[in-house]
Amino acid sequence: MNNRYLWIFAAFALLVVLLAIGLTRDPREIPSPLIGKSAPEFVLPRLDDDRPFSPKDMAGQVWLLNVWASWCASCRDEHPVLVELARKGLLPIVGLNYKEVRGDLSLDAAKLTPEAEKLQAAVRANQWLAAHGNPYALSVLDLDGKAGIDYGVYGVPETYLIDKNGIIRFKQIGPITPEVLENKLLPLIARLNA
Amino acid sequence: MKARHQRLLLIAAALVALGLVAVLVFSALKENVAFFHSPADIEAGKAPKDRIFRVGGLVETGSLRRQEDGVSVSFIVTDSVARIPVHYKGILPNLFSEGKGVVAQGRLTDDGVFVAQEVLAKHDENYMPPEAAQALQKAHDSGIGNQKAKD
Amino acid sequence: MIPELGLFSLILALPVALCTGVLALWGAQRGRPAWIALAKSGSVALALLVGVAYLCLTWAFVQNDFSVLYVAQQSSSSLPLLYRVTGVWGGHEGSLLLWLLMLAGWTALARFYSRALPDVLRARVLGVLCLVAAGFLLFILFTSNPFLRLIPGAAEGRELNPMLQDPGLVIHPPLLYMGYVGFSVAYAFAVAALLSGQLDAAWARWSRPWTLAAWAFLTLGIAVGSWWAYYELGWGGWWFWDPVENASFMPWLAGTALIHSLAVTEKRGSFKNWTVLLAVSTFSLSLLGTFLVRSGVLTSVHAFANDPARGIFILAFLVAVIGASLLLFVWRAPRVGLGGRFALLSRESLLLVNNLLLAVATGTVLLGTLYPLIVDALGVGKISVGPPYFNAVFVPIMTPLLFLIGIGPFARWKTASFAEILRVHKWTLGIAVLAALTLPFCHGVWKPQVGLGVFLAAWIFLAALLHFFRQARATQGGGSLIASALKQPLHFWGMHLAHIGVAVFVAGVTVVGAYEAEKNVKMAPGDTVGIDGFRFRFLGVQSVEGPNYQALRGEMELLENDRLPRRLFPEKRFYRHSAMPMTEAAIDAGLWRDAYVALGDPLDRERPGGEWVVRVYVKPLVNWIWGGAFLMALGGLLALFDRRYRNRRRAVAQENIAARN
Repeated sequence: MNNRYLWIFAAFALLVVLLAIGLTRDPREIPSPLIGKSAPEFVLPRLDDDRPFSPKDMAGQVWLLNVWASWCASCRDEHPVLVELARKGLLPIVGLNYKEVRGDLSLDAAKLTPEAEKLQAAVRANQWLAAHGNPYALSVLDLDGKAGIDYGVYGVPETYLIDKNGIIRFKQIGPITPEVLENKLLPLIARLNA
Repeated sequence: MKARHQRLLLIAAALVALGLVAVLVFSALKENVAFFHSPADIEAGKAPKDRIFRVGGLVETGSLRRQEDGVSVSFIVTDSVARIPVHYKGILPNLFSEGKGVVAQGRLTDDGVFVAQEVLAKHDENYMPPEAAQALQKAHDSGIGNQKAKD
Repeated sequence: MIPELGLFSLILALPVALCTGVLALWGAQRGRPAWIALAKSGSVALALLVGVAYLCLTWAFVQNDFSVLYVAQQSSSSLPLLYRVTGVWGGHEGSLLLWLLMLAGWTALARFYSRALPDVLRARVLGVLCLVAAGFLLFILFTSNPFLRLIPGAAEGRELNPMLQDPGLVIHPPLLYMGYVGFSVAYAFAVAALLSGQLDAAWARWSRPWTLAAWAFLTLGIAVGSWWAYYELGWGGWWFWDPVENASFMPWLAGTALIHSLAVTEKRGSFKNWTVLLAVSTFSLSLLGTFLVRSGVLTSVHAFANDPARGIFILAFLVAVIGASLLLFVWRAPRVGLGGRFALLSRESLLLVNNLLLAVATGTVLLGTLYPLIVDALGVGKISVGPPYFNAVFVPIMTPLLFLIGIGPFARWKTASFAEILRVHKWTLGIAVLAALTLPFCHGVWKPQVGLGVFLAAWIFLAALLHFFRQARATQGGGSLIASALKQPLHFWGMHLAHIGVAVFVAGVTVVGAYEAEKNVKMAPGDTVGIDGFRFRFLGVQSVEGPNYQALRGEMELLENDRLPRRLFPEKRFYRHSAMPMTEAAIDAGLWRDAYVALGDPLDRERPGGEWVVRVYVKPLVNWIWGGAFLMALGGLLALFDRRYRNRRRAVAQENIAARN
């Protein structure tokens, strides 16, 4: 077929290929420098009984560290996926409650004493878990977000998969969707647990 | 014959013009494209010294300093591997905040300070623009499905 | 129940759209009068069903029905009623429904305002529109259903994004979508013409008013969006070359080219293939814009996750709509005649150059927008293309185009004489050069870019006046000149008004770009800052309660030489539900300049009554930018109501039928 307008079609096809490639990539995907490194250490109080918790306590098992907060809207979106995962009982999920009070810009946290902030954080976090279900083996309170900084938390929610040796193997920025769970997390968990 | 010549002349002129435009476009692209580098890249010396680029990461908590004039600020951008000091003169965007994501565009000076011409704050952790928030719809839909299944 | 009714009517609309589309096109091909007639009732039914669905969603918003997921995400009971009604298009699902509503509305309009069209052609046009609507219905029903229930319902909604709680953004999306979607009619006409193989002057005449209407709405939509960014974002900028803006700018550029090329096709029968291709491209660029914005392929650092399912769907839709029409074009185009010949210098050749320049401009914007994607796809790295690229490329491309605006109307069709044009223009050219050399001194310094901008603006303005005047005198007859001017046809008025709009726009852009003054300063209550002949005195900050936000409201006194002081109240708002800070700039607007002030941050967050960082601007002629855009849109609308589109329609239609028999 000798048609002098065919090039238009070719140009369009090229554009479609480009857009299709674009779709497979996430422009916001920022490679995490933490993958393959040891999970940063921290010691933080537990939400349920105030005992200290440290990632070292999880040595020898594969576990998930999920960063959440009651003010975080997309955590609500993600939560049922976590509840579902917890029900499977494949691995313990540890919640890192991130800046429960300070992150909520509608509150003036600067006016609170440290004790009042902690109390308020615990109340708010527990209420939220009671309302939406609690998938966590335990949660810790990171009131000032220092632990979050070490983990390079960009925003809430974020999730880290940590292996038996305490190495971060996977990081999800933003909520875990059922697709991410199905296609990335579950296979990886199965491999690490094997 | 004359019409034919005119047509050829027209086509030739159009081709020359298109060629000029192409040169213009590509030189403009070459000069005005900003690559994205992480603080770790910069520390490893992978970032260019002689041109504008973007750095992204978190604003380290407690690192924001305001100078006497009130409009010159400095802060540290970190990706939890490397820490890069950033200087900026101007008003920070609404969503700029310590402990949150930021993207700065500017140049790296010889003493390792990033002088920003533009600072963009990532929308804060709770907020998402509607276009992006809607992208979470899928997760939410199945979430509702799960909830129903539980009931 | 109401949301279910909405969903039901949306579901019902799908088979209606599909059947109407398929049967009408098939019937037109096979000559079946019954199926052809179906197009009329089918398109009205589609519009009614979509309208009902839209009203149902609006009702859910007004009633605060938080058992509807979308309402719970976008609204809250403390939201003022106006924003609950407009909140319908605040998110993805609702704005798609608005898209669809507009498409169905345009389809209904095309059904009622096409009585003069031959039945077969009308059936094809409506059929194509129905098929496009069917595609959008599929998209909404399968990936973006706005009527999804949230069970158990939420007690309170998440509230509308504070950025959207603003009058500017209330009208921006509907205007923009009117434009985007309006090009679908031009597209449908092009596809119908390709299907019938009947690409002629009559086809161009029918498409023109629709194209003009869409273009005028798009112009207004873009202008309102830019105005909103100016006063709301607190940066004083009016255009950022952001991918989302480019997505609307590309169809505008292509649409502008289309309007001009339709003129040639109508008057001289030339450029037929090119015009069809432009009509297809313009709507395709609208769809591409939707894809880029919705799929999250490009939305940079501001967003989190994206949803590949939606992206894949739109991409498939894009391939179907654009691919099919391009295939049709490639198949049909070689058989279309070339139309009237024209000389190297003629109205045709000048419009050809206009089209080439606009097409090249569209291409450069497309390249700049997609370049990050290309680089990422090649795995070279992550980049962003900034405004300097677009500015560097746009000035050289637009300068000759703007210069030609002054010449084009004076050139005769078929062949024009260079000497004649020069003779007509000897004064205008001189005055424009003089203006370029002197006027910039009003602002102190003469700068070359201002000289160029003022020259082009003055040149376009004077040329439009001159042409109008000469035309009025030529048709004066015995009456007065003014009576003759008023009697000029509306399309003639429209063209010159739009061109003068371009002049006003160019003047605004140039002057504000070169002479705006900006200061970021630390101010304590009582402090004064002087800038460009103005003095701003900071009086302090007070706490204020809004309906759904808390604000710190600054008070600023604006002092200008011999005028009474005026008060400005810039605000910093914190919306309670979304906990999001927003800047509300305060502007003392004027024809010749804007004085603009925005609050930055308090130096000490504990003491908002103390020192603040404040941003003040003086922006000369900034309002000319939107004024110019408004004049362009007004020109387009005037031209649309020209008598010949109404009176001649019937005659032309009969002419055509006669020609075919």
